[in-house]
Amino acid sequence: MVDLLKRLLRTPQGATGLILITLVFIVVAFGSWLAPRDPEAMSILARYKGPSMTFLLGTDQYGRDILSRLLIGARATVITAVVATLAGTLAGALIGTVSAYLGGRADEMIMRTIDAIMSIPNLLFALLIVNLLGSGSVNALVAVAVAFAPGMARITRSVALSIRKQDYVSAAIARGESSSYIILREMLPNVIAPIIVETTIRISFAVMLFATLSFLGLGAQPPATEWGLMISEARQYMHISAGILIWPSLAIAIVAVGFNLLGDGLRDALNPRTGG
Amino acid sequence: MSPHYLIKRLLMIVYTLFVVSLVVFAITQVLPADAAVMMLGENATAQALDALRQQMGLNDPVWMQYLHWLTGILHGDFGQSLRTGQPVGPVMFEALGRSLLLACLSIGLMLVLAIPLGVIAAMRRGRLTDMLVSLVSYAGVSLPEFVTATVAVLVVSDWLKWLPATGYVPLTENFLDGLAHLALPVCVISIILIAHVSRMVRSELVDVLHTDYIRAARLKGLSGSRVLFGHALRNALLPTITVVALDVGYLLGGIIVVEEIFAIPGIGRQLIVAIQTRDLPSIQAGVLLMAATYSIVNFAADLLYAWLDKRIQYG
Repeated sequence: MVDLLKRLLRTPQGATGLILITLVFIVVAFGSWLAPRDPEAMSILARYKGPSMTFLLGTDQYGRDILSRLLIGARATVITAVVATLAGTLAGALIGTVSAYLGGRADEMIMRTIDAIMSIPNLLFALLIVNLLGSGSVNALVAVAVAFAPGMARITRSVALSIRKQDYVSAAIARGESSSYIILREMLPNVIAPIIVETTIRISFAVMLFATLSFLGLGAQPPATEWGLMISEARQYMHISAGILIWPSLAIAIVAVGFNLLGDGLRDALNPRTGG
Repeated sequence: MSPHYLIKRLLMIVYTLFVVSLVVFAITQVLPADAAVMMLGENATAQALDALRQQMGLNDPVWMQYLHWLTGILHGDFGQSLRTGQPVGPVMFEALGRSLLLACLSIGLMLVLAIPLGVIAAMRRGRLTDMLVSLVSYAGVSLPEFVTATVAVLVVSDWLKWLPATGYVPLTENFLDGLAHLALPVCVISIILIAHVSRMVRSELVDVLHTDYIRAARLKGLSGSRVLFGHALRNALLPTITVVALDVGYLLGGIIVVEEIFAIPGIGRQLIVAIQTRDLPSIQAGVLLMAATYSIVNFAADLLYAWLDKRIQYG
């Protein structure tokens, strides 16, 4: 673990990504303590204010402190994205590993079906599922998880296929171990490294997807404090004050860049060929 | 490429559309929407509702409804919109045409910009230009379309007043005005693609430049540009075809958001309206058309790849 951290810090992407994501998680964990003001407190006299000492990033259309809203909103956006990606990854990894283990016709069948489902764009698939379940944060989370599962299944399967041919799997089969033992104890642990990389990068997509769902009115519902929703609400007032729009956009971008960089850094750090 | 492979590949498209039709039908079936109530309104009498349900086959078992729907589509009949009462097919195909124009322009812009950017970054690896390109591409893949679109409207249309903010003008009606309306949406859609593809081109080219045959070409005394354009680029760009084809899925998702923000009457906007009003036949037709577009583009990309790369023999 310490070794991995050292290798991660050696690349500029890994180091920057790690710092950004650490900061993001500090905000997620302690956002409500860090927020300088009440994120819900409205003030008619303090609407559309630019950055100042009282309001570090200015105020929105109701005179609420933008910085405080961003710090509180991090929780909704980031945690939902992380949980959705993890759930999608787990489901996908299981399907992919099972498919690779079964091999032959069953594998062909599962993979063709997965390919077919992947011909529906992620966003559209998520929209359909949210529509089915009804708008809301939890449903958006489920939708993103389901939309991600096929892609993860495909990636896991290709990794698992190469592991299926390894001697230790053959040995387990020869020992007469059960299928579930071989899949869970021998194969899954060894497909983990590439999956961690993919998952990290996908979290950034999930952040964007979740914000997009909220923007379209299908994710978090007002008056919740969520970044995509903040942008959606800011659109009507952006002519009066650009800050309402710019700051949440920047927040989404920072989180997405952070996970992208961390993912690329992890790929280098976990790759035995490039690692030192 | 053998006819056997072609047939297998075409069968895969058929299977894909079959699975998608099942998925879409299943999702829309579960939706709590009574088509008869939607068409006749809340105040319709019970008899009228029953009669319509009977006529629309809503009382049949689910699998019969699915077969009925599927045979309709195979005859080119996508059913009638619950919202407007119009046949869904013609409306959706017209919308798809506008979206395809948007998509093709975006892919064109992406190719024109992404390949040179990737090549420059690879040639100047580790230097300032490379870092700048990769910085910009990280920013590009990290901004969702609705953010870039909204910021673009604010800056280009509101502040600078260079381009119209929203709306759609057919190119056949007024070519220049049509282009002006398409310019911002096309730029917004292509940003993420440019960022992704330029990174792909860079890493492929860097790999290719380290191979033995490139070293041999250099040692033979070929000039840098001959090595690049004659040998390296061709092989580096081949995998890019597959990446671009797979990115079409992402592009179609982006189009939904961009059409919504710029008020372009394409298939994405039709789908959003259909989803919001629970117009089941329109949702079904829209999703099927999108999946079909994606499958056909990927099929075409496979053919192009095999045609360009003679080493590949599909069995």
